[in-house]
Amino acid sequence: MEQPAELLQRFAHGDLEAFESLFRQFQGEVFRWIVRIVRDPGVAEDLTIETFWRIHRAHARFDPDRSFGAWARRIATNTALDHLKKPRPEVALPDDLPAAAIPDPGIQQDVRKRVRQAFRELPAKLRVAATLALMEEEPYQEIADALGISVGAVKLRVFRAVRLLRKRLDQLGVKT
Amino acid sequence: MNDPNDDKIRKLLKQSIHPASQEFERDLWPQMLRRLEERSTGVPWFDWALLALAAVCLFLVPDTIPLLLYHL
Repeated sequence: MEQPAELLQRFAHGDLEAFESLFRQFQGEVFRWIVRIVRDPGVAEDLTIETFWRIHRAHARFDPDRSFGAWARRIATNTALDHLKKPRPEVALPDDLPAAAIPDPGIQQDVRKRVRQAFRELPAKLRVAATLALMEEEPYQEIADALGISVGAVKLRVFRAVRLLRKRLDQLGVKT
Repeated sequence: MNDPNDDKIRKLLKQSIHPASQEFERDLWPQMLRRLEERSTGVPWFDWALLALAAVCLFLVPDTIPLLLYHL
């Protein structure tokens, strides 16, 4: 979404109306990006507000010649990552949640539970990379831009995530 | 993301982890505005700490009070 240069200039100078206009244009995009990472719409709403709070605070550092959407996505990714890093009590997902695709009858309920457990145990940085690359099938370049790292670093994180997952699933008795 | 070696893991993850709804239904601007107002009216903790430190200094060294008043 291309933004008028004048709007971005006003935002960078701290104009609240310009911020509101950008907020209204990008809140949906930011929410949808965050919910793909944290996979909880309620949490994603809170993190969308937190993301725009950070955007508002950092307005003076924004370069109006660059894409606001890409900048917002980067901040949203960091906000989601910070959320995933916070230690919180383990909440087991209910067993009757629908899966992404038509459930494969070959994959049993307890296997799915163990996969979820192994995935939750991954370090946050690896989990984000694996979520975006393996489940959301985002291109590496987009993940790299959102995380502010190189494509090579994204590949490495995905590789490490898969290796750790395989190891943990093996310990949990799930063949991969 | 097309490494065939990851296909099994990808399939397992997709089958096991709940897809979050990406439907965005409500405008979050009122919440954002509340957040902005809360933060702009609140006094940062370090301002309170600075005030407390100044009060302690004035209490311990009262001779500085006239000096402070002179500079004000």
